[in-house]
Amino acid sequence: MPAVQDTIDRVRKIDVDQYKYGFQTEIAMDKAPKGLSEDIIRFISAKKDEPSWMLEWRLGAYRRWVTLDEPKWARVHYPKIDFQDLHYYAAPKSTPGPTSLSDVDPELLRVYEKLGIPLKEQEILAGVQKTDVSEFEEASDNVYKSGRVAVDAVFDSVSVVTTFKKELAQAGVIFCSISEAIREHPELVKKYLGSVVPTSDNFYATLNSAVFTDGSFVFVPKGVRCPMELSTYFRMNEKNTGQFERTLIIAEEGAYVSYLEGCTAPQRDENQLHAAVVELIALDDAEIKYSTVQNWYPGDAEGKGGIYNFVTKRGDCRGDRSKISWTQVETGSAITWKYPSCILRGDDSSGEFYSIAVSNGYQQVDSGTKMIHLGKNTSSRIISKGIAAGFSQNTYRGQVSAHRKATNARNFTNCDSLLIGDQCGAHTVPYMEAKNATAQFEHEATTSKISEDQKFYVMQRGIPEEEAIALIVNGFVKDVIQQLPMEFAVEAQKLIGISLEGSVG
Amino acid sequence: MLEIKNLHARIVDDGTEIIRGLNLTVRAGEVAAIMGPNGSGKSTLSYILAGREDYEVTEGDILYNGESILEMDPAERATSGIFLAFQYPMEIPGVATMEFLKVAMNEQRKARGEEPLKIPEFLKRVKDAAASLNMDMAMLKRPLNVGFSGGEKKRAEILQMKLLEPKLCVLDETDSGLDIDALKIVADGVNALRSPDRAIVVITHYQRLLQYIVPDTVHVLYRGQVIKSGDKSLALDLEANGYAGVIGQAA
Repeated sequence: MPAVQDTIDRVRKIDVDQYKYGFQTEIAMDKAPKGLSEDIIRFISAKKDEPSWMLEWRLGAYRRWVTLDEPKWARVHYPKIDFQDLHYYAAPKSTPGPTSLSDVDPELLRVYEKLGIPLKEQEILAGVQKTDVSEFEEASDNVYKSGRVAVDAVFDSVSVVTTFKKELAQAGVIFCSISEAIREHPELVKKYLGSVVPTSDNFYATLNSAVFTDGSFVFVPKGVRCPMELSTYFRMNEKNTGQFERTLIIAEEGAYVSYLEGCTAPQRDENQLHAAVVELIALDDAEIKYSTVQNWYPGDAEGKGGIYNFVTKRGDCRGDRSKISWTQVETGSAITWKYPSCILRGDDSSGEFYSIAVSNGYQQVDSGTKMIHLGKNTSSRIISKGIAAGFSQNTYRGQVSAHRKATNARNFTNCDSLLIGDQCGAHTVPYMEAKNATAQFEHEATTSKISEDQKFYVMQRGIPEEEAIALIVNGFVKDVIQQLPMEFAVEAQKLIGISLEGSVG
Repeated sequence: MLEIKNLHARIVDDGTEIIRGLNLTVRAGEVAAIMGPNGSGKSTLSYILAGREDYEVTEGDILYNGESILEMDPAERATSGIFLAFQYPMEIPGVATMEFLKVAMNEQRKARGEEPLKIPEFLKRVKDAAASLNMDMAMLKRPLNVGFSGGEKKRAEILQMKLLEPKLCVLDETDSGLDIDALKIVADGVNALRSPDRAIVVITHYQRLLQYIVPDTVHVLYRGQVIKSGDKSLALDLEANGYAGVIGQAA
């Protein structure tokens, strides 16, 4: 039985409000005063015991940032953000670098429990090996059985728990917080940080470079196949805290790594800014698979209070025959501005982008990818599924370009949009540019509506309206769901069902 | 089991009245055939029974086991035991037939307060039902109705009907688009469901299907009313003499 099929049932079992994860925990926070200045950056850097080169790097980015303006080209609208009205640093006080689970604030563990998602990770964290898994779980969730997921949990701005380090270390894999990497592996960080997304890249990436507080660092050395999926759960918690994660993943020659990122945030009134930067570097014959399930608070029924998500994600296929694959399921945030991209620099390198973007209520999504073909015989594939419901606006924005020297560049793009109701919008904005005559680009796009006929048919079999819609939508996105690691597929389907609740009637 | 009383219904969008004072009673254990020329309201009647929102009941009532179903949505009617085999089954891309069956069966079980089926039991039921309809299990891995031939779609409808075990089965032009072999298989499938506690309403344009699913009663629908009722000989009469005679008498 395919996992997708089994998980549908799980989706149905979940009986939740529109946004299930809206709660706040009370953990004493240690935070910087509001506002952004060189002093604040020095404060952050000092808090994190950073070497002086890191501070200089941040200050350089900050000086650049003050000269930049916010980008305006995306199809999103929001009130002007007052960047001086945000806190740029917050850390849970009671957790001065725990080394084991027992050191972790129990309140924090309860947060994980409430989230529901990382239950299995908690057990793995606690070293629990479940033996009496039911036949159902056995069939659908091999991750559970094997327990082979390493988690680097980011609670607000500081990495609190990092597991499986030992086993990873045996394989030579480094998986830690970026703060730790700056301290322990400065040569690697210096070499690669900012090499894909330079500090001057764009307004939000530059801001991130100045103020990033934490994130993940992964280094997989030459010839190593990372022995497990690496996973991070991000969670924003403190009021008015912008979150600026920085993630850096390096796969050396012939290495392979699969990285999972999932998010959920507590409900609140004020908008929260999130501007992450993710850099991936794949050397010769290396492969990086990066999967995201994003479910941040999308705002209330009137569209107020949701998270602004301005993310720069870019992978560099630096080596020949390297491969980078992005898979994303975007269901949350009031505004999503996100274009995970691939620079296909090495000859015969390839990039993939599989995306599901669900918008409901007053959410605005402007997301897509860039595939920049520079090397010879490079190929890329884009599969994008946008689902718009309620009063939301859902835009796919993509760029495929072939450089003059990119002989035989190939791209296939497929963008499908599904509309639920007649108050929402779906838009497709593809840019294509080939400067080499041998390039072959294909583009397919469709927009459809869930027809009353389909809904009536499914309901006539006894499936209630919202489940009927979730079923049809999950069918629509199946191509992308199949790209996700098993445990994420479960979560993704769950989230899609939850996100579309209230989209009818 | 089914009692339709002076039913009037119109299309919501443009107000066109399609059903105009229809009366019909179908008892448990009965197979009732509804025949009539094109445009007489046959398919509309099936949609209204199943609760389609495009139609609005303006007068009269539909009683199912003595209770009005007009306030129930399509899913509620389905879980209460009403099944409609569609003339044109919808394609559901990306949803494997097997998956769809499981969701539908378990939703109905849930509504009745029963536990979901265990996977081996579910598989056994599907295998048995598919075998009886000469259906290949490989077909059930394909997305529901997507790329199915006309005959495959109709078989898939009957498969769903068998598995969901409804109490009131409504078959809308199930014979259309079927060759004679497929017609026999489908008819056998329906006949196997005949039982004293189940009513079957067969909507058809031609008498052909009724050679294989022999009805207890035959009702002629014309301009949104039942203008004549009789036993199976009425169907033969219509086949021989066309609708004109019956319509003439009624007028």
